[in-house]
Amino acid sequence: MSLGAGLSKAEMAALVARDIAPGSYVNLGIGQPTLVADHLAPGSGVVLHTENGMLNMGPAATGDQIDPDLTNAGKLPVTELPGASYFHQADSFAMMRGGHLDVCVLGAFQVSATGDLANWHTGAPDAIPAVGGAMDLATGAKSVFVMMTLFAKDGSPKLVPRCTYPLTGVGCVDRLYTDVATFEITPGGVVVRETFGTSYDELVGRLDVPLLRR
Amino acid sequence: MTATICATAAEAVAGIEDGAVVLVSGFGMAGMPVELIEALIDQGATDLTVVSNNAGNGDTGLAALLATGRVRKVVCSFPRQHDSWVFDGLYRAGRIELELVPQGNLAERLRAAGAGIGAFFTPTGAGTPLAEGKETRELGGRTHVLELPIRGDVALVAAHRADRMGNLVYRKTARNFGPVMAAAAGTTIVQVRELVDTGDLDPEAVVTPGIYVDRVVVA
Repeated sequence: MSLGAGLSKAEMAALVARDIAPGSYVNLGIGQPTLVADHLAPGSGVVLHTENGMLNMGPAATGDQIDPDLTNAGKLPVTELPGASYFHQADSFAMMRGGHLDVCVLGAFQVSATGDLANWHTGAPDAIPAVGGAMDLATGAKSVFVMMTLFAKDGSPKLVPRCTYPLTGVGCVDRLYTDVATFEITPGGVVVRETFGTSYDELVGRLDVPLLRR
Repeated sequence: MTATICATAAEAVAGIEDGAVVLVSGFGMAGMPVELIEALIDQGATDLTVVSNNAGNGDTGLAALLATGRVRKVVCSFPRQHDSWVFDGLYRAGRIELELVPQGNLAERLRAAGAGIGAFFTPTGAGTPLAEGKETRELGGRTHVLELPIRGDVALVAAHRADRMGNLVYRKTARNFGPVMAAAAGTTIVQVRELVDTGDLDPEAVVTPGIYVDRVVVA
């Protein structure tokens, strides 16, 4: 059984951007979450934090704008916006760990029904683990949003009763944005907020996690 | 003691001993002290422990030091990158030890070393494999993990500009680990693009005061 065509990555990113309140301080993880920046409304006043030490990061740098001293967390050249600031690593992570960051958006291998996050290590014997700032973000941001496809390439669900991959954080995920549905992880359980190309009943049949209707 | 201005990178890295813990600034190549690392390679110290955010990029800087086989252990948050082939090869061959540290813990453990803090509790990493074997405590309803400082024998730091007192300013995101590493080592060695006379840096703009800096070289 396959679900109908779901959202593209850009459409998922637009959904996340819609849910970020104007004026928020936001960290976008490496990879897919970076796309969210393209969908923030002009004038929203959202300030992007990059963990290597900058607030009010601008778009990717091109041509003459490229400066080896100005990169993002993915080590790609970026630009600064008016009102930008620079700071060292302990300050940058104090912003996360001290609860000053409103939202972080992360990718994931798995999310559990209680909001556990696994996104840093597959646990494969030959894999070289790398964690970066993921654990600090997952633990410290006021709201943790995750973007991922709901099913792995082999069809297995990535929203699971318990994560089988090594954890990044325990009970830290607040919202989950996938290609076929968005979810809210609440103390009462997993709430289906919206579906795309599928239905609540179909999701209930595909996932091994109790689902609540909104 | 106030900072010594060195004529060459070789002079700046003189005396680094075998077995030293070496803090290396930079996030990727931004803020990496490439010339100091090259001088350390020539200097020949071995059996080193390197503390840095990444484990080298491409074939220069930290990657070149790893390639000499003189680094026993790397302490870092994000070794695996598209261009970390030197580290990847050593790790898969079992020729280098890795201590993986969440990036905020890496920064705060360095900061703690520089500030004389004996240990601290943080919720980062609680319930994950990176907290296994560590002491935990429930504080404010959350599980916290005890983390210990990371002190270096030597810090190799890249900054933008220094004065003759060793006061430093950095440039944009190349600042990253420089300030916390400068404070966390017994001997802090800094390479800068420009050396200015004492009094020519705006005191309000100094990021690393010279008290943390031992040697400066223009490179």
